[in-house]
Amino acid sequence: MPNTDTIAVAMSGGVDSSTVAAMLRAEGHNVIGLTMQLWNQRRLAGREGMPESVQGRCCSLDDVYDARRVAQQIGIPYYVVNHEERFERDVVRPFVEEYLSGRTPIPCSLCNNHLKFDQLLVVAQQIGAERVATGHYARVAYDESRRRWLLKRPADLSKDQTYFLFGLTQEQLSRTMFPLGDMTKPQVRELARQHGLALAEKPDSQEICFVPGGDYKRFIDAYLAEQGESLPDTAGELVTTGGEVIGEHAGIHNFTVGQRKGLGVATGSPLYVIQISGANKQVVVGGDEHLYSRTLRAKRVNPISVADLGEPMRVAVKIRHRHEPAAAMIERVGEDEILVTFDQPQRAITPGQAAVFYDGEIVVGGGWIA
Amino acid sequence: MRRVYLDNNATTPVLPEVFEAMRPYFGEHFGNASSIHHHGQEARAAVENARESVAGLLGCHTSEIVFTSGGTEADNLAVAGLVAAGDHVITSSVEHHAVLHACKHLEEIGCEVTVLPVDGRGLVDPADVRRALRANTQLISVMMANNETGVLQPVEEIGKIAAEAGVKFHTDAVQAAGKAALDVNRIGCHALSISGHKMHAPQGVGALFVKKGTRLQPLFRGGGHERSRRAGTENVPGIVALGKAAQLAKEWLDRGDDQKMAALRDRLEQGILAHVEEAGVNGAGLNGDKAPRVPNTTNIYFNHIEGESLVIAADLKGLAVSGGAACSSGATEPSHVLTAMGLPADRGRSSIRFSLGKQTTAEDIDFALAIVLETVARLRELSPLYRKAALSS
Repeated sequence: MPNTDTIAVAMSGGVDSSTVAAMLRAEGHNVIGLTMQLWNQRRLAGREGMPESVQGRCCSLDDVYDARRVAQQIGIPYYVVNHEERFERDVVRPFVEEYLSGRTPIPCSLCNNHLKFDQLLVVAQQIGAERVATGHYARVAYDESRRRWLLKRPADLSKDQTYFLFGLTQEQLSRTMFPLGDMTKPQVRELARQHGLALAEKPDSQEICFVPGGDYKRFIDAYLAEQGESLPDTAGELVTTGGEVIGEHAGIHNFTVGQRKGLGVATGSPLYVIQISGANKQVVVGGDEHLYSRTLRAKRVNPISVADLGEPMRVAVKIRHRHEPAAAMIERVGEDEILVTFDQPQRAITPGQAAVFYDGEIVVGGGWIA
Repeated sequence: MRRVYLDNNATTPVLPEVFEAMRPYFGEHFGNASSIHHHGQEARAAVENARESVAGLLGCHTSEIVFTSGGTEADNLAVAGLVAAGDHVITSSVEHHAVLHACKHLEEIGCEVTVLPVDGRGLVDPADVRRALRANTQLISVMMANNETGVLQPVEEIGKIAAEAGVKFHTDAVQAAGKAALDVNRIGCHALSISGHKMHAPQGVGALFVKKGTRLQPLFRGGGHERSRRAGTENVPGIVALGKAAQLAKEWLDRGDDQKMAALRDRLEQGILAHVEEAGVNGAGLNGDKAPRVPNTTNIYFNHIEGESLVIAADLKGLAVSGGAACSSGATEPSHVLTAMGLPADRGRSSIRFSLGKQTTAEDIDFALAIVLETVARLRELSPLYRKAALSS
């Protein structure tokens, strides 16, 4: 049966989403390529601490060029849609504010929740595409018995991006396709080569797309300067877990839980950031053993495989992108708050990151670590 | 798929007669217009014939025409070529970036620039021009027709003010030439820019009228082409095409075909406004008194609609229109023109420009109208904003 449905592919100019577009086109779907213009790299270029020219990856002209060339090559209509305002409001601003409050944000999840699977789905629907396909490594499937759309880990666990997708609603999942979910990265590159895509060997992007060179501190400085806002004074004391003041620090946004370098104090044994207190601007440091904790609280929780997380449940919990899910019990302790109790203490549980709950390959849901 | 092109303010198709006129100059008449031999003489004759046609369209002498690579170069040549460090320049907030950014550059090299506001219809108030004059004012640059709204500025009044003050006056007529009657003497300008591809000649050719006796600093260093006002070998096929397009435009205007085009534009505009609620024309005043416009352009807002989605959805159905301004990535940026007119940001985002060309037919308009009505209805059905507004009313 010929495919007559219309699918919008979110094209970043990378090999993954380009291959998705080529695959779906080859299968006969009506494919429309869309690239979201999210951030103007030139805005902060040349400001103090920022590169003179555009170095970052996000929405760079090179990536738009690559995406457009792929669209031309495979013969699909292609458009760049401007979502800079939403991106700044829903991703960049919260990113800056989270750091200034002593937390360590994940902008990619915010972007997925507010832009890629919200605004882009809206645009797709408006231009007549029933579904949106992306190059994420994840799987989505409808489960008849649960009457739920499920988000599952991909075949290639080394590329698993479900951690960044835990915020997707049932409505969003029902209109989303992850065609790479059953493939490994080498297979994707091979497929890209088979489709004759010139960017088959293009390196993967790693860093936060709008932060050139990954230096978020300089980004925050430059962004606030551009906005005509001064960096709030978050300098304060460096204290030990025992409460002893051992020094001062220049601002809590310079720290993340588990950080060892740049503390500005010399002691016999290695010291790590254990906790950052936004309220009194204290950075608590201590030995490695103090980094371990058995519990965390997750807020703004999104359930996926179940309608709600009312009952206590045994799951595996991932607390950062590069973390092996660890066995834990989850139970609801408040209106929108889940208590996670790990079987074994976990290292460097970091406020601002996500806690994502897994039942095998199925994503049960997730929330933000308080 | 049937495709209808209503984005002629972005670029126009080269008319068949224009293409035929320029074609020999790629092949059999390939000469360099500066060469003394037969081939050069052929090319020179073609360039000078074209100059006569362009001068005929603008109502000036042939020696006052400088051929350029396009409208942007003509604007830059005028703005940079008529002032020096320390001078004061008056321009408007709705100018094309070719003028606005050229003026910004002037500021960087020690000039003062006053950017005049416009009213809700997009019009510059000539009294504002007069008030902005200073002892060191050297140049006023105000466009003739706006690229996004088609609104015609009161250039003749501004020309009079410039003459009284002894100040030079440049007008960017890129969107007016070939669409509205145009006479440099009536306007009273010292410089006027036109672009080939906005009037059915190809991209890559334009011209600047420079009034006799006006000192102009060239942009480029090189040969003495164009009476030492624009160095570089002439783009002979392009210039021939511009000449042919100018001749056709003049005949078209003399026949009164601009009225027919305005009728087609009005058919589209009224067709939309009659069937779509909460839509209106940008450039119309609060009481509906429209500013004068070129006959081919209308800029319409559709409340509660994302213009970007309308442009894409229409394109997928075969109708080419535009909204806002294209930025370097190809995404749509909010229009500085609509912003300068004081329209709120969401009005700007919901606005679409329709611009007709000489090839546009009544059937094209009906095709476009059907697509617009259908798409707007669907987008509004999907729009939470619109549903909310509809429920509360």
